[in-house]
Amino acid sequence: MSDVKRPAKVLTYRHTVVVRLSHWINVLAISLLLMSGLQIFNAHPALYWGQKATFAQPWLSMTAQQRGDDTIGVTKIGSLTLETTGLFGYSGKVGAQEPRGFPAWATIPSYRALVDGRHWHFFFAWMFVLNGLVYLGFNLLNGHIKRDMLPAKDQLTPQHLWHEIIDHARLKFPKGEEARRYNALQKLVYLAMIFVVLPMMIMTGLTMSPAVDASQPWLVSLFGGRQSARTLHFICASLVVGFILVHVALVIVVGFFNSMRSMITGKYAIEVEGDAQ
Amino acid sequence: MTSAPHRRGWLKGVAASATGLWLAACDKLNDNPKVQETLQSAEGLTRRAHRSLIDRKALAREFSLADISKDFRANGSISPGDDDYRALLGGQFADYKLVIDGLVEHPLQLSLADLATQPSRTQITRHDCVEGWSSIARWKGARLGPLLDRAGLKREARYLVFHCFDSLEQTLDGTGQYYESIDLVDAYHPQTILAYQMNDAILPVGHGAPLRLRVERQLGYKQAKYISRIEAVSDFKSFGRGKGGYWEDRGYEWYAGI
Repeated sequence: MSDVKRPAKVLTYRHTVVVRLSHWINVLAISLLLMSGLQIFNAHPALYWGQKATFAQPWLSMTAQQRGDDTIGVTKIGSLTLETTGLFGYSGKVGAQEPRGFPAWATIPSYRALVDGRHWHFFFAWMFVLNGLVYLGFNLLNGHIKRDMLPAKDQLTPQHLWHEIIDHARLKFPKGEEARRYNALQKLVYLAMIFVVLPMMIMTGLTMSPAVDASQPWLVSLFGGRQSARTLHFICASLVVGFILVHVALVIVVGFFNSMRSMITGKYAIEVEGDAQ
Repeated sequence: MTSAPHRRGWLKGVAASATGLWLAACDKLNDNPKVQETLQSAEGLTRRAHRSLIDRKALAREFSLADISKDFRANGSISPGDDDYRALLGGQFADYKLVIDGLVEHPLQLSLADLATQPSRTQITRHDCVEGWSSIARWKGARLGPLLDRAGLKREARYLVFHCFDSLEQTLDGTGQYYESIDLVDAYHPQTILAYQMNDAILPVGHGAPLRLRVERQLGYKQAKYISRIEAVSDFKSFGRGKGGYWEDRGYEWYAGI
């Protein structure tokens, strides 16, 4: 290792224009869907399982309660009771605190307005669905999903997967030729989002529609009731938030500039040769 | 060591102002009429998609006695203070007459006793509030379709407007009075009834006594309570603020199937 070879950077073409466009449309649509979804949730900040609400026993609730002279925010999850003043149940600027599920900064509009939340939600739901159909149609046809998203055989061995888990935990990511493809964990998570979580969002959303329920009763049966569908809609949305947090964190850790460039111009730099083992 | 709290204060300041800007921007967008108009264009898309993909004659699921909610929530008006309503309630609705008029050949006036002799239907259905909760109850009422046939709808009739006794908001121009409207496909749906019984008892005041609409497959605010009059119309623009219902006038969708 006497003469240090600087690794050569090669720009590869990573993301097609359809992928890049649909990605940024998704950023917009999903952000607004999440915020308007929380606005709608705030109209009744409690969740149930089954066909109907059991008002006295939600499995999750965010309420404002009196404690002596103070009002506090209380979040209940199952038998767990948490004090969440300022975040869930009771929040707002000093002097203008109010009972509300999620705080003002998480909802659109910031003030309580179920009617507006619904308008934002259904508009961006359409955008999200149409965008998703274009993405899927294009990438199933051109083989992107099959070629780049399905894990290769060598990526699915237990040793390889274990190795990737350890590497991720150490924030060590593939370099060189290996960086030309997505790693197996990345592929599995993307596939789970695209083919399980996001379709679940749409299907549980539709199940909350009484008109859809009448014509497609199998949907209600599938999720075990309209209130279960509402609960699953919330849980899947939480998974989406979790995905976004990890996704953005990894973009920053792996290389913010390179990742952003690849999702804007399509060009992704990888380092070839000279990288010391 | 003194710099840490300092830095934290500075960061907090930046975060707070960034959040403030973000909220202000979102709220400004929300309050912009053009943005609202664009957002609400999705309602037409939703309604058309539902109309073309969903069988409008499909029946809403009916449940068993064991599914009935013991804690069915009464929402909106739960005890109207309007004088004419109070007077009727005082007489246990003995003087109540449902009026069916407008674009009909034979306007009707029906007492509760008359309604009880009309073709009826009993159904255990789920009530879905726009807020997100659901409750299940057993409703019995007169089927709307046969009543309309008796009254004889004129050709121009396209909608039914349900006038209600309750003022949900006190306004000077009367736009706080509750009303609703549905089209004729929903009016003739077999599960569309004027309910006078809930869970085998007389319809309680909280749930719309003496008569409420059940138009299953739509959200709770469509299920007008305290009905005084049903008017067949060609257009509902001249009622309230013109959007076809109390909540519709306040921005909610006329088509409440989702």
